[in-house]
Amino acid sequence: MTGPMPTPAHAVRNVRPSVVAGRLRRFAREFWSARVTYLFLAPFMTVFLLFIVIPVFMAAFLSFTSFDGFAFPKFVGFQNYIALLTQDIVFLRYALPHTFKFALIVGPGGYALAFLFAWLIHQLPKKWRDYYTLAFYAPSMAGGVALSVVWIAAFSGDRVGYLNHFLLQMGWIDLPRVWLQDPRYLMDIMILVSLWISFSVGFLAMLAGFQNVNAELYEAGRIDGIRNRLQEIFYITIPSMKPQMLFSAVMSIVTTLKAGGISVQLTGMPITPQYAGHLIVNHVDDYAFIRFQLGYASAVSVVLLVISYLVMRFAYRLFAPKEGD
Amino acid sequence: MALFKRIRKIKAFDVFLVAGLTALALFMLLPIVFIINHAFKPQNELFLFPPTFFVKHPTLRSFELLFLHAGSDVVPFTRYLFNSVFVAGITLALVILFSAMAAYVLAKKSFPFKSLAMSLIMISLMFAPETVQIPRYLIISGLHANNTYFGHVLPYLASPVAVFLLIGFIAQIPNELIEAIKLDGASEGRIFTRLILPLSAPALATISIFTFQGVWTDVETSSLFMQDETMRTLAFYVNSLVSGLQNSVAGQNMAAAAGLLVFLPNLIMFLLFQRMVMATMVHSGVK
Repeated sequence: MTGPMPTPAHAVRNVRPSVVAGRLRRFAREFWSARVTYLFLAPFMTVFLLFIVIPVFMAAFLSFTSFDGFAFPKFVGFQNYIALLTQDIVFLRYALPHTFKFALIVGPGGYALAFLFAWLIHQLPKKWRDYYTLAFYAPSMAGGVALSVVWIAAFSGDRVGYLNHFLLQMGWIDLPRVWLQDPRYLMDIMILVSLWISFSVGFLAMLAGFQNVNAELYEAGRIDGIRNRLQEIFYITIPSMKPQMLFSAVMSIVTTLKAGGISVQLTGMPITPQYAGHLIVNHVDDYAFIRFQLGYASAVSVVLLVISYLVMRFAYRLFAPKEGD
Repeated sequence: MALFKRIRKIKAFDVFLVAGLTALALFMLLPIVFIINHAFKPQNELFLFPPTFFVKHPTLRSFELLFLHAGSDVVPFTRYLFNSVFVAGITLALVILFSAMAAYVLAKKSFPFKSLAMSLIMISLMFAPETVQIPRYLIISGLHANNTYFGHVLPYLASPVAVFLLIGFIAQIPNELIEAIKLDGASEGRIFTRLILPLSAPALATISIFTFQGVWTDVETSSLFMQDETMRTLAFYVNSLVSGLQNSVAGQNMAAAAGLLVFLPNLIMFLLFQRMVMATMVHSGVK
């Protein structure tokens, strides 16, 4: 086939239908020749559409309705969003600020710690690295469910609680504190526990990233006048492992924004005392599975989706390779 | 003399590094050490004052209680265990197959709508299923997958992270290899099973670990899609054991034992495949 011929202006109108048909035919041919490819893609794409893409659109649709799970959803326009942003005191006073506080500390904080620990481990001799990696990775491997008995015992509110006992022994507190039921402490403990189990996939990706940096670059850097390890990190390590850092950032954003189970596991209640550990995901659960206001709950989850999308764009902006890199 | 020289070569930084990092690593391991000790404690050691960290008279009593008695419960412990093993096994096999098939064509072929599919997968990396529980519940009910093993398995098959990791890994398999085997008259199916699958073994091991961890510790499918107690999984059972513990000490050892049973398979999987994981994560970058 030859490429499209330049046609005089007056001829275009007559020719267009056949051009369109030609294009369609070519497209169909490409489609047909790729049929095996689509066959390979089909199983994944089916479940992908069914459990990720369609649910997102359904959530968006339901967020404009009033829906109790039984009767057909009734369209209510923007009312859910208006109520959410103007009347929902629990959302505005607790869920939103708590999620921001939690996500800001556990997200970037955990990310920085993962980078630091991965870098430190990388400084060790090769044969030791695996053991240290395992030590940092093990808590995240056990995960929230398996370890919740540990946190409950450690932060137990009486004198037998391990933290209370330790602090009493040291003379730092006079009376045992009810760590998990007291609104003043719950949030901090949630953050501490989440940080503890935050060294997961992203941490491994960063470790691999360090190993992947071309060793010759370091030598070249030394010749060019890089004097200490800090400069090495800034001028060589970080630029060459940007892809892994981006992947890791994406993973940490997702895990922090979707967190919500942790407060339930610590306190044993779906709604924490005085909403002290109330995150957006808990708010969704509250409206969806306790009050059965599924339309409203969907609006809350759409807000969460939008927030995570925006944070993600920001992360890409931050780590995406710049022009000329 | 040689020894003396070698000691002088070790700088202060290295000493600090090893000492500090070892201390940190031990600190990080505290919960793991604790759960192991706690699981083997006899009932009376739970009530000791001052509380003890290490077990003094280890016993298998908690495990025995879990397996044999689990007493008043309607559903025996072994049923939860079976559900978990069965679900994890099926999910693992299918995730590997589905993700590898998709990743192969996404990494090596060009076809209409490829860029659309790629960008959908990239965006969905940020996707957290927790945000769309309601529609997922409706879809599972629509498929009549409540209280069936499909309800456990299907949602997990959509794993963009697995596909993403595999694309990164398969992309660096040389095209010449594929061309060579094609010249020998191999079909796409043959290329996939004889070339792509074996060569991407490290990446497959890696996604198995992550998928297994996800499925094995997941409580969402059990609590949302399963109303029938006999269809729920081990992680769910552990979660319910723990949720009654906020104000009581008795039973903590049993919960710790169950928690340990959730943790151990993860640990074994990771120890087996640790090297392969690192080999895969090198190609994990978002470019």
